[in-house]
Amino acid sequence: MTTRKYLDEELGELHSRLTKMCGITESMINDSVRALKTLDRTLGASVSETDKEVDELELEIEKKCMRLLLRQQPVAKDLIKVTTALKVITDIERIGDQAADVGEIVRQFPNEELIREPERIQRMGDLAAAMIHQSVEAFLNENRGGADMVIRADDEMDALFLAVKEDLVKLMAADSKTADQAVMLLMIAKYLEKIGDYAVNVSEWAKYLVTGVHKEYQ
Amino acid sequence: MKDRITETGAKNRLDRFDFTGETAVRVEGVDLYYGDFQALKKIDMTVKKHEITAMIGPSGCGKSTLLKTLNRMNDLVEGCRVEGKITVGGRDIYAKDTDLSALRKNVGMVFQKPNPFPMSVYDNVAYAPRTFGVKKKDLLDEIVERSLKQAAMWDELKDRLKKSALGLSGGQQQRLCIARALSVRPQVLLMDEPTSALDPISTGKIEELCEELKQDVTIVIVTHNMQQAARISDKTGFFLLGELIEFGETEEMFTSPKRPETERYITGRFG
Repeated sequence: MTTRKYLDEELGELHSRLTKMCGITESMINDSVRALKTLDRTLGASVSETDKEVDELELEIEKKCMRLLLRQQPVAKDLIKVTTALKVITDIERIGDQAADVGEIVRQFPNEELIREPERIQRMGDLAAAMIHQSVEAFLNENRGGADMVIRADDEMDALFLAVKEDLVKLMAADSKTADQAVMLLMIAKYLEKIGDYAVNVSEWAKYLVTGVHKEYQ
Repeated sequence: MKDRITETGAKNRLDRFDFTGETAVRVEGVDLYYGDFQALKKIDMTVKKHEITAMIGPSGCGKSTLLKTLNRMNDLVEGCRVEGKITVGGRDIYAKDTDLSALRKNVGMVFQKPNPFPMSVYDNVAYAPRTFGVKKKDLLDEIVERSLKQAAMWDELKDRLKKSALGLSGGQQQRLCIARALSVRPQVLLMDEPTSALDPISTGKIEELCEELKQDVTIVIVTHNMQQAARISDKTGFFLLGELIEFGETEEMFTSPKRPETERYITGRFG
């Protein structure tokens, strides 16, 4: 007879809910950037709708963690897992919000051609989705190396944002008629850059889970 | 049902209890007196089938007293008087024609200190079925195996069935007592602080066992350990000075109790 069978089962369930939440936000990021490339306003709107699922999952996981704390009274590593999961879902929920914001901007995009092919933004979207995937994977599997990779990848994200910003500023300076779209694209880039920051937060929690030390507490 | 009757040979006594409904035990307006002292005051409580109901409260609050009324163990206490109505399996257990051995067969009990009989593991578990008239060896073997499996200790004990139960560890003895209670397939299992004499590992095993058992039996447990109540019970009742102060879903009680007395007790601010 193994003891703590139910605790292990509940922790396993918590893992699967977190994986699901992460999977949905990844799809939201991919869809929102695809919506921008193809100017598919319906797809953009659907990303905003999907955000409700993420919000519901956050509440569900929060309840699950509360229940776990009350019912299973975890200690040591188990306790850290549950309390950091509560932190992580806040970050993933914010990622969902940012992806929804990108979708919403696409939905409101003017009925005209793009002023710029969004290759860099596409790269930012791919990177954001990969970063969130890897950070949650690092959290769930206590993979410190994976968490460090995400933290390093954020430098590329920041560099891409700066490059997009400079390019758009130049465009606006050259032709003020591009300003409307340029501001929208800049906001999209900023949202994606913020997603990178949230993925870094998740990775910091993954590292905390492994090392017991959080950067912010040092 | 047929299986139970065959095993115990107690058909006439059993068919008065009906556990087909959702409620296993209902306590209605129960007052209990030990002589002049009123130990329980107007208790109303419903125990649902296949749930674990925990009773908590400071010493002397009446929780063990109420537990003992559910299989009429208080009958043995001189000067004890019960008013109100308690139904088990739809039957008024304080009615004059209640068959006490049939009641206690349906409502088993496990106590604070493990109390195996000074006999072999096998004979401990076979004791009650034999009392109910089961004589066939193969049927007794079957009951002993089934009961020990239900108590998750068959693998530990299958090669030690003829050894004295007194040689087992405290935790094993307590699980053996649970197996012994299960031998007559009770519908309700009363547990009076069943882990207070055990170490944390044995406690954990019994708690997990309760989770498994609730598929077959309804459990009412008295515990001094509030964390234990939070861990294993579906419903919790908080008792104070003979009154049931609050009764409801365990999660709700431990996250947002309705009564300030409950809040103070479960947060360790009094008691």
